[in-house]
Amino acid sequence: MAVVEDKAIPPGELKATDRFGMTSKRAAGADERLASTGKLTQWLRRPEAGAAGGLLATIIIFALLPGAANLYSLQGSMTFLTLSAELGIVATAAALLIIAGEFDLSVGSMVGFAGVVIGLTVKYWGLPLWGGIACAFAVAILTGYLNGLIVVKTRLPSFIVTLATLYILRGLSIGITRAVTGRTQIPYILEGVPDPATAGIFNGHLLTGLFHWMGAQGWIGTRSDGIPFVAGIPMSIVWWLGPTALAGYVLTQTKYGNWIFATGGDLIAARNVGVPVDRVKISLFVYTACAATLLATIQVMEAGSADTTRGLLKEFEAIIAAVIGGVLLTGGYGTVYGVLFGALIFGLVQMGIFYTGIDTDWFKVFLGIVILMAVLVNNYIRLKALGRGGGK
Amino acid sequence: MTERAQMSEPAQMTEPAMELRGVSVNFGSVRALQDIDIKVYPGEVHCLLGDNGAGKSTLIKVLSGVYRPSKGEILVDGKTVTFRSPRDAQELGVATVFQDLGMISLMSITRNFFLGREPTKSSLPFSRIDKERANTIARQAMADIGIDVRDPTQAVGTLSGGERQSVAIARAVHFGARVLILDEPTSALGVHQAAMVLKFIIEARMRGLAVIFISHNIHHAYPVGDTFTLLNRGRNRGTYAKSDISRDEVISIMSGGEDLKAVEAEIAGLLAQIGSRPPAAP
Repeated sequence: MAVVEDKAIPPGELKATDRFGMTSKRAAGADERLASTGKLTQWLRRPEAGAAGGLLATIIIFALLPGAANLYSLQGSMTFLTLSAELGIVATAAALLIIAGEFDLSVGSMVGFAGVVIGLTVKYWGLPLWGGIACAFAVAILTGYLNGLIVVKTRLPSFIVTLATLYILRGLSIGITRAVTGRTQIPYILEGVPDPATAGIFNGHLLTGLFHWMGAQGWIGTRSDGIPFVAGIPMSIVWWLGPTALAGYVLTQTKYGNWIFATGGDLIAARNVGVPVDRVKISLFVYTACAATLLATIQVMEAGSADTTRGLLKEFEAIIAAVIGGVLLTGGYGTVYGVLFGALIFGLVQMGIFYTGIDTDWFKVFLGIVILMAVLVNNYIRLKALGRGGGK
Repeated sequence: MTERAQMSEPAQMTEPAMELRGVSVNFGSVRALQDIDIKVYPGEVHCLLGDNGAGKSTLIKVLSGVYRPSKGEILVDGKTVTFRSPRDAQELGVATVFQDLGMISLMSITRNFFLGREPTKSSLPFSRIDKERANTIARQAMADIGIDVRDPTQAVGTLSGGERQSVAIARAVHFGARVLILDEPTSALGVHQAAMVLKFIIEARMRGLAVIFISHNIHHAYPVGDTFTLLNRGRNRGTYAKSDISRDEVISIMSGGEDLKAVEAEIAGLLAQIGSRPPAAP
């Protein structure tokens, strides 16, 4: 049927089917080929579905293995939650950056460097803790800004640019620390500071009253002096869940979140409709550096020391958590809730292998398999989301 | 037909919505466009026709603010303007639907529709996008030009090529475009979908938009076009009102006339050779 003629066919003359029994697309109305999608299918199409399923499977597997009682005890749970939190803080930021189409491989080195900055400024410059922490964040903002600026101005792959930053920051951490202290560690940072309460914001516990009361009731284990083994919810978990919830809100509910997806989804298209893609990218590089510094602050406050090797390989663990969480490495797709599940899987497996008594050497094998499975599931889900068998 | 034909005034005697005066674009020693003059009036579909390499793509990029001309002026509503970016052009009501559409396939129709102009519930930073309003507006804007969107939250990647083209056009129209530039909007589409897009072009024209329609398919351009500008090797080979030029003349000029005759003769020769053999069984 030749539709593209000089005169359009008046709609009245259209029949639903022509003499060949073909259904006219114009007369057919709603497309009868469109299958309705059920609630389950819709849920399965969410980017975090794979990670949620993976988490459930991991929980069940470790529940069936020996050592489950210890792993899932209050103490064991807090331990793996803390591990997940330490990864999750960085992974959420890394995920947003990956969704915007870039990588930051310097986050691990940033963790080490920020710790060193706090250690040196507090212990050798005599700054109060809050001053040292402020210095570390200032350095992080500058580092993130430079990473971002170089990437958007030169259009080099962020993989290479931040790989350079990875080495520069790690080298600076070790070099400066050894030059100033003669060692590669800065111990006893918290001793004699004018504001010891500042540390509590990062290494304290939440709901200590409730946990103490539960201990008094005999519901949770206590030491001989009546103090429960688990004093409360560690602040690291609060620093993980709070910013993650905020990041989730920003990503899905705000204009800026829309721009993050667009920047990673199609840079040129986003720029053509006026999305400030450079600003989006630079701000996210600043965010990853600040997230690394938050983790560094928590670690320094908990250990009371800084170590130049801290955060080693954190950049890859963060990317792994993001990928397990359903974030597409090519950008433009993902959620922070998936990354939350990814970080949980990571922490659970790490602790689970420890409690089950399996040789921890196997952790890496397991991790590799999980990554591969996650990528396969994600790829499948993305194609499902687009409602087709093959993608471009 | 090699010399410049007399420019015939379109029906509207109003000021052109957009005008190029003596625009040239050079890439190093390559002269992609030379001394192009074009006037586009409100309520007019102005077709830019030309074979591959004629300079159509470069011209669109000048019109849409991606490239800046090496020489010459761009005027919008009679005023000389300089586009530093596509955003500048959009602010002045010049919207371009590029061949690759500028749609992000993993994002929803609504998110694409409002990208860069998201309606928020307050002016605070990080305030919520008003999704309900956005969905309603997107659905309505598309219904206005005759597209029925089943679900504005579905990913753009799930739409057909024609539907995507329609969303892009609806977006441009909704955000106050007065000059709508369509780069090969029908080239990748089937017959039905191409017809749908041509219908939207007519709708846009009836709303008083100036439409610049780039195509190398005369069968799509001729029925909807009011004015035809023919490009060949970076030069304007003449602007004609529809009444002054027939479809065959357009085809002839577009393909360089002589070339096409030579190709036809060659094909006829080939067919004559094959013709003696019986065709393969159906």
